[in-house]
Amino acid sequence: MAGVKLIEVKEEIMADNAKQAETIRGELHGKKTMLLNLMSSPGSGKTSLILRTMDGLKGSFNLGVIEADIDSTVDAEKVVAAGAPAVQLKTGGFCHLDATMVRQGLDALTEKNFDLIIIENVGNLVCPAEFDTGAHKNVMILSVPEGDDKPLKYPLMFSVCDLLLINKTDYLALSDFDINALRKRVLVLNPKIVILEISCKTGAGIDDWIDWLKKEIEDFKK
Amino acid sequence: MHEMPITESILNIVLKHAVMNKASKVMAVHLQIGRLSDLEDEWLQRYFDYLSKGTIAEGAKLEIERMPIVVRCDACSTSYETQVDKIGNLVCPSCGAESGTLVSGREYYIKSMEVQ
Repeated sequence: MAGVKLIEVKEEIMADNAKQAETIRGELHGKKTMLLNLMSSPGSGKTSLILRTMDGLKGSFNLGVIEADIDSTVDAEKVVAAGAPAVQLKTGGFCHLDATMVRQGLDALTEKNFDLIIIENVGNLVCPAEFDTGAHKNVMILSVPEGDDKPLKYPLMFSVCDLLLINKTDYLALSDFDINALRKRVLVLNPKIVILEISCKTGAGIDDWIDWLKKEIEDFKK
Repeated sequence: MHEMPITESILNIVLKHAVMNKASKVMAVHLQIGRLSDLEDEWLQRYFDYLSKGTIAEGAKLEIERMPIVVRCDACSTSYETQVDKIGNLVCPSCGAESGTLVSGREYYIKSMEVQ
């Protein structure tokens, strides 16, 4: 029997996905289209935020949407009904999007001149955080009913995002959600993250989100 | 669930290096994974066993080294190790400051492998 030999590998496990993601980022940069990856738990308000965002950007920027769900088309139907081009990716059981799936979504969008494309990732605070989608900005929503302990349970998600939106602030009076404790927990994981408080239902704070987004798009286009 | 595509990547890289080194069998793969990742060792091995069937990596053992979560103190720049459940309540062992910046804990790396 031949002896056992140790060979050095020294490779990042996610290198293929990272390469595909870099290609997407570069191509879209050339087209001046910003790609934003929106992540959260199921039911925290991703689709409601997209509908609010369509309103907020109307007349200033062209928006396209890539929806991802395990198996349904309801989200894309809502977005299309509200007037934005959208495609629905069915992940067929996968709990996240990777760069290859995002590429399929980009190819499926027939209109090509977008200022911003939002990816609505699969509702899940675990897996989407592990995969680079090729987005230029990563944004997550945490809604008040989910609780202020989520950074302790899902630290990776909070560490990869540029912006955290605390949604459903209209529930704050009914809950013991501690915004200061949450901020502290999040900032340890990610000192550069911007945190905004919003309510997609009442519209509170939505202007701050739209201002942040418009500035990011303008900076991106420079 | 995301163990599956990650395991697929591991297998592809392992097989590529096995061919490059003219190996006939892969005995073990040494991985470094940060403690911030919630990948389960047991599931990685199970998916690997499933995906590697019929390849020269069939039966290989995944040896997973968990890399520590290291935080650098925002006040005095001391680097110290912490745990996932302590991230919300950091205290610098050197100066007592409660804020810090993540230095490591997110690794996904294949270090080496044992082959015949």
